[in-house]
Amino acid sequence: MAPHSSPIGGAAQTHAHDHEDGGLSDMAIRVRALESLLIEKGYVDPAALDAIVETYESKIGPRNGARVVARSWVDPAYRKWLLEDATAAIGSLGYSGRQGEHMVAVENTPEVHNMVVCTLCSCYPWPVLGLPPVWYKSAPYRSRAVIDPRGVLSEFGVSLPPSMKIRVWDSTAEIRYLVVPMRPDGTEGWSEEQLASLVTRDSMIGTGFALDPRSLAPESAP
Amino acid sequence: MNGAQDLGGMMGFGPALAEPDEPVFHAEWEKRALALTLAMGALGEWNIDMSRHARESLHPVDYLSSSYYEVWLKGLEKLLIAGGLARAEELAEGRALAPSKPTKPPLAAGAVVKALAEGTPYDRSQASPARFSVGDDVRALNLHPPRHTRLPRYARGRRGRVEKIHGVFVFPDANARGLGESPQWLYSVRFSGAELWGADGDRNHDVSVDAWESYLEEAKA
Repeated sequence: MAPHSSPIGGAAQTHAHDHEDGGLSDMAIRVRALESLLIEKGYVDPAALDAIVETYESKIGPRNGARVVARSWVDPAYRKWLLEDATAAIGSLGYSGRQGEHMVAVENTPEVHNMVVCTLCSCYPWPVLGLPPVWYKSAPYRSRAVIDPRGVLSEFGVSLPPSMKIRVWDSTAEIRYLVVPMRPDGTEGWSEEQLASLVTRDSMIGTGFALDPRSLAPESAP
Repeated sequence: MNGAQDLGGMMGFGPALAEPDEPVFHAEWEKRALALTLAMGALGEWNIDMSRHARESLHPVDYLSSSYYEVWLKGLEKLLIAGGLARAEELAEGRALAPSKPTKPPLAAGAVVKALAEGTPYDRSQASPARFSVGDDVRALNLHPPRHTRLPRYARGRRGRVEKIHGVFVFPDANARGLGESPQWLYSVRFSGAELWGADGDRNHDVSVDAWESYLEEAKA
């Protein structure tokens, strides 16, 4: 079962919502009751619910954003477009819609590191990154990303020189932010597809870097 | 509202802990809670700002001790009751005890992919010129509405600089109350870490907030 559906306020020591014996939790019972009611009342079609789950479980995720970033690494004109009109540039690769209607891309450089948060809820660019991880939605990250971003980054194993400026983007409106990480050294001549394999979800939130090609298994390097 | 959702700058929650190889969902019910929220949203009985307000107006203890999909579910239940779509006793029993409210037809399975890919754009046509320009020094107003707002507490009263003009967007403070979209200019305003949090400590960072025009005033020199 799931030990990590922790409360927003922080990591739970014990977990009240999933039962080791496989019995239904309180939340499972409550949601099942609600679904039955809404179907009976004719407000929802259960097949549509399945289609929504299927979309976010297997079709929309951070591989989409990785493709956008990899394209921006190999195609200067695309990168320029992405930084000027991210909604259109991302849409040209087929990624659009809910929670990504208005996109802005921000690029990391040797002088500036960007990171994204939503202090007020959990706004996140779904079409390019999928649904947000639990930590992104939780108080430890949302509270401290704006006051102590270096401390937060250290918890992700990210250490930046003191001289590097951190830019924090608080998603307070319907604008959704995508961080464009720096292209790793040692990737000259890599294909777009190979480059995309280096682009992690966290590197597009700003809590990580793109993978170092030397960290990959030899057989996956070109 | 100054609720538990407005977390920026709070302390004491401990470290941000990432879960290795985190699954998209942690339980079957989370999938259904997400899908029910999106499918009910498609009926158009409320808007996203009303949804956010339903969640943030949970009691702060309830908000912080609930997981995120629990908050979604509790928000959805509140919206159903407030909107006259269901009664509390129906939610408790999981069956209909009263007639349904007439609504649009439910979101069909075949329409899901298209609806999600289209989303709901929030930009609107520009009826009047923007009050501020890129580079203007502005101050976020010291506002504490007991209702939905998207100006975080940590920015209120603080001085920043307009860095980008996003366009004209639906104003959530009005939209959450059912008062219409009241679109306004939306700006990206950049605040220095020292302005927000004081000059002591490591403040080599800036924070950008997307702020509607009525959250801002011209900063006096």
